[in-house]
Amino acid sequence: MNNAIEIKNISLSIEGRPILEDVSFGVNEAGIACLLGPSGCGKTTLLRCIAGFERPHKGEVWIKGIRVSNPVHHLPVEQRHIGMVFQDYALFPHMSVKDNIVFGLKNLNAKRVMQRLDELVALLSLEKHINKYPHSLSGGQQQRAALARAMAPRPSVLLLDEPFASLDIELREQIARELRQILKHDGITTIMVSHNQLEAFAMADVIGVMNEGELLQWDTAFDLYHEPKTAVVADFVGEGVFISGEVINDKEVKTEIGVIQSTVAHETGVGTKVRVLLRPDDILHDDDSSMTARVTDKAFRGAEFLYTLELESGLRVLSLVPSHHDHPMNEPIGIRLEIDHLVIFPER
Amino acid sequence: MLATRAAQALPNALAFKTVLFKLTNWNPALVFLSLLFSIPLAVVFGSLFFPEYEVWAHLRATVLTDYIGNSLALLLGVGFFSLLLGVIPAWMVTMYRFPLSYQLEWALLLPMSMPAYIIAYSYTGALDVAGPLQTMLRDFTGWQYRDYWFPEVRSLGGAIAMLSLVLYPYIYLLARAAFIEQSVCVLEVSRTLGCNAIDSFRRVALPLARPAIMVGLSLVVMETLADYGTVQYFGVSTFTTGIFRTWFGLGNSLAAAQLSALLLVFVAVFLYLEKRSRKQARYHHTSSTYSSLMQQRLTRGQGFIALVICAVPLVFGFIIPVSLLINWAIDTYADVLGKDFYLLLFHSLLLAFITSALALAIALFMAYSNRNNQSLLNRIMVRFVSMGYAIPGTVIAVGVLIPFAWFDNSIDTLLMENLNISSGLLISGTLFTLVFAYLVRFLAVSINTVEAALGKIKPVMDEVAKTTGMRAVIIVKRIHIPMMRGSLLTALLLVFVDVLKELPATLILRPFNFNTLAVRTYELANEELLAEAAVPALAIVIAGIIPVIIISNSISRSRPGHE
Repeated sequence: MNNAIEIKNISLSIEGRPILEDVSFGVNEAGIACLLGPSGCGKTTLLRCIAGFERPHKGEVWIKGIRVSNPVHHLPVEQRHIGMVFQDYALFPHMSVKDNIVFGLKNLNAKRVMQRLDELVALLSLEKHINKYPHSLSGGQQQRAALARAMAPRPSVLLLDEPFASLDIELREQIARELRQILKHDGITTIMVSHNQLEAFAMADVIGVMNEGELLQWDTAFDLYHEPKTAVVADFVGEGVFISGEVINDKEVKTEIGVIQSTVAHETGVGTKVRVLLRPDDILHDDDSSMTARVTDKAFRGAEFLYTLELESGLRVLSLVPSHHDHPMNEPIGIRLEIDHLVIFPER
Repeated sequence: MLATRAAQALPNALAFKTVLFKLTNWNPALVFLSLLFSIPLAVVFGSLFFPEYEVWAHLRATVLTDYIGNSLALLLGVGFFSLLLGVIPAWMVTMYRFPLSYQLEWALLLPMSMPAYIIAYSYTGALDVAGPLQTMLRDFTGWQYRDYWFPEVRSLGGAIAMLSLVLYPYIYLLARAAFIEQSVCVLEVSRTLGCNAIDSFRRVALPLARPAIMVGLSLVVMETLADYGTVQYFGVSTFTTGIFRTWFGLGNSLAAAQLSALLLVFVAVFLYLEKRSRKQARYHHTSSTYSSLMQQRLTRGQGFIALVICAVPLVFGFIIPVSLLINWAIDTYADVLGKDFYLLLFHSLLLAFITSALALAIALFMAYSNRNNQSLLNRIMVRFVSMGYAIPGTVIAVGVLIPFAWFDNSIDTLLMENLNISSGLLISGTLFTLVFAYLVRFLAVSINTVEAALGKIKPVMDEVAKTTGMRAVIIVKRIHIPMMRGSLLTALLLVFVDVLKELPATLILRPFNFNTLAVRTYELANEELLAEAAVPALAIVIAGIIPVIIISNSISRSRPGHE
């Protein structure tokens, strides 16, 4: 067992309702993992199982080679040596930032405490704020203070519950990238929970997509987007639409918008009725193309427009188009498909 | 250069104008009312300008040290024990589940319904030399009186115990509200940082609840300093008994007023210390979301210990004294219930009703005057009137009686000199005086309740209503009254019950031959007719349970993270 965190077949139900069903995964030493899923999917409960606030009914939790939880034994939270940052940071309002940070440093002498404080303050750029009280900090500063407090005792694992939910939307991705650098610098194993895929992409080495208490896929961001293993994952991660089709051979599927080809072979049997995932980046705008679609909706995203296009058959697809191609509503525009890897699922 | 100067001066001039507006745009009726209700305070402090050297020399040589020493000892003792009785059960019922913990949540408020003088009477009846406990002890052992040692109820220690048992609910109430309000995340964070349950309580929960606990403690201090019935009955010399004695024993009203001023300085010093202790850290909650409290279920043994700890204040502060009262009431009700008793009841209810209705009307007037008016003077005046709650009833009585008597005498003299008619006493010794004193003391209760209710009706609701074409009268009828009805009733009931319980001011200011339940209870107890005092005492306790129900309902409704 080389993983810093090992979750083995965890199940948990609350008042007869299953919250987690047979979840297993592992995180490397110094790895950053993200549990991604819609609200109510059980991701926060899973985090709380690792922290020790919840007791799984089945399965085991291992932290740094120590079994901290199985259905019979349960190591109390305070003995697990974890660090946790809550969604709203939960800084102690009656203590200064400095006192918050050193709160968990109990068995160190004063000199070592100061040393660790200085390290964290420098790492998280909190120099100007250590004597302030939490209420006078901005959201980002509060987050860094809470992070410093959690990191101070050098925990075996750092748990982050929706760490960006309380921040301004414009700041989230930038802060996520900064946070990643800090965590990598400190070499701390981290598990975070998020419902926002962009945050997950920016932060994590590996992402677990959860839905209705199940862990659907445990993969890198790139593979989740380009090779989702289930339709639910494909639907949740990234944008796109499904269109119906029939497999012709190992590289082609026949659909109502024509035969879609990919460069990589797939393994679905010939003749199978399937659904094909079309990402907005699979559909390119091309004035020379014979295939046209009418603009029914458009969203400006700065460098690009996300167009919703209606084909002659009535089918709607999404397309990302550089924003100097500004087409009015209802105008037919030429489109062309360009797909490396077909993502197909059997028709339900 | 000049232009920039002028530009710089402009905002200052504007600010000055705003301040001026805030000071001048006041409501004359409101300011008049406020000044009227601050007469007692002005009289008490004004008395300091007419020093009574002889009386003070006498007081200093004899009893003043006792007054100060006993009052301080009483404060420290009651403060300490009510903290103990209030904070620990509050934490336990909030964080843990054990047998009867849900019932204890509200039942721990019940001792609030018991005026301190009534609990003092019932324990004296039970623990005195002639009481059932000592009689049983003697019968059982064959000892004689003086053969054995038995704790003396009628002592300073007894007074501390009695007051703590009925005043701790203030601290319990506020501590519990603070514990419930704390974001669970903050406690969970401390667990992840290596704190066990006791560490979390000591390092996080308790410091966070400290401001609320201090507010509770300051209420306890005010009530302790205001107590007259208990200390008088136990023969403990404090400020309040001293004021009585100086007035009625030494016959010196001015010195009594000066003693009152000294007592108020005590109150003020404590309130100031409390304010200052909070100044350092501001206890804003940094969390905006609340996850519901997860109460930890205790094991059978732990649960039993928790039950015993939490039951102590309830059993000794309510169950035992009420059982004693019921027991005596059963023996005596046939003799007590009669025309005289119903007259007492009628008097008490009449006074309580008149006062609470007037207090509500005045509170409504003040709250509405302040609603759309940012006048600083108005606000200061309303805050000033609200201070009355901190003034002991004895002090208010002194502050009311002196000016009213002066007024009556002046009119009388004037009429005698000019028309040779005696007007007698016009307002002293009338119900008017008594109601006025009650209003001075209890207006704060209705003002705070009404202001809180009106504060919930945001001005934007009025604006929305106006856009639909409603007139002001209709807005009040269709929006304000339905939204405030519950709070107005609460304001009415809280004052009603406070008036029923009030003893010292009633004792001093009641009209001749006019008796109330509280005064009659006091008289009977002082004539050593404790059993006969049980029926009126029980009537007061039953009335006192009403606000307890109101309070516990409003808490369970306002709890975050709970249905």
